Amino acid sequence: MKIKAVLLIFIICFFAGNACAASAAFENNIYNPGELKPTDSVLKVGVGDEAPAFTLPALSGKTVSLSDFRGRKNVVISFVPAAWTPVCSDQWPGYNIIQDIFESNDAVLLGITVDNIPTLFSWTNQMGKLWFDVLSDFWPHGSVAASFGVLRSDGMAERAMLIVDKKGLIRYIDVHNINQRPPLEDLVRELEKLK
Amino acid sequence: MFGKTSGLIVVILFLFTAIAVAAAESIPPKVGTALPDIDLLMPDNSADRKYLGLPSGGKTFQVGRIKAKVLIIQIYSMYCPYCQADAPNVNRLYGLLESNPALTGKVKLIGIGAGNTSFEVATYKKKYSVAFPLIPDADFKIHKIIGEVRTPYFIAVKITDGGRNEVVYSRLGALEDVEQFLGQIVRTVQSN
Repeated sequence: MKIKAVLLIFIICFFAGNACAASAAFENNIYNPGELKPTDSVLKVGVGDEAPAFTLPALSGKTVSLSDFRGRKNVVISFVPAAWTPVCSDQWPGYNIIQDIFESNDAVLLGITVDNIPTLFSWTNQMGKLWFDVLSDFWPHGSVAASFGVLRSDGMAERAMLIVDKKGLIRYIDVHNINQRPPLEDLVRELEKLK
Repeated sequence: MFGKTSGLIVVILFLFTAIAVAAAESIPPKVGTALPDIDLLMPDNSADRKYLGLPSGGKTFQVGRIKAKVLIIQIYSMYCPYCQADAPNVNRLYGLLESNPALTGKVKLIGIGAGNTSFEVATYKKKYSVAFPLIPDADFKIHKIIGEVRTPYFIAVKITDGGRNEVVYSRLGALEDVEQFLGQIVRTVQSN
């Protein structure tokens, strides 16, 4: 019986040690939620539909409405689930170095999360100065995400990419596996179709 | 009773060994050891193949086939802000290697884009005018083998005859002082 108890303690310690080692692999400020259900919502919009109108506060201090771009710019909307999580933190910094690709396709980028402005401020400060607007869909919580049908049951948004053209029509929807980053080429290919 | 306990010990030892082997494959490369076998995607442009001394043809290659005495490997991502900020430094490192006759052709540099597709690697290469080969690792396969290191991460390996290699540098962090980094690599290789 004593031998079994010792072995049990050994097993617990061994696995606990591995868990600590795994968590140390992440940046100190990034919370790892583990593998999540790939998608957890039901879309309320489709390609060809008019995009739901919204107005949200931006990190810059202004408010941004989707209608601001009607007739002027294509709009790429990048919903990401939450600040301070692994994949999200490795998505927008990539878009930050391709402003020229957006501009050459007459498009703007709006990044949206369900976090509040102070959290977005601290989080995006880690990414360098972003050229695009970051919008807070915090209150009423996730209402814009919900209007598109990309609000998950736990209150986070999906990792979703949409393109809205100058007429306000949705031209592309990718509700991506939340655990993975959408390949850049998919977005660029769809943007170039608008030309 | 003894039989049951023995069986339990055997099972535990088996589990311990299996997990230890898995863990050994997923730790960052250690100085003094060989780099784990990694299959790198063959560059599709002749300039990169020529730089690395690789023949045309074949989908992948291994580090040992690169014609160099030392290979510096930058693990980076186009989505990593620290890598973006460090890109001019790494370009300067490449410039120092190519402008020094004592190092040109002997010390070579590649980047591996962790989780980056070919398109994303090409985007980064164009954005920062990177002149050395960047290899995509779209499915994080290489990244997992080398211990899922954070980026940017630098590894230097000494390549010996027969294609064997030995890690002589393995560290997380941007190249804040390029000359110091290069000096350290050269001194380490000369002292071995």
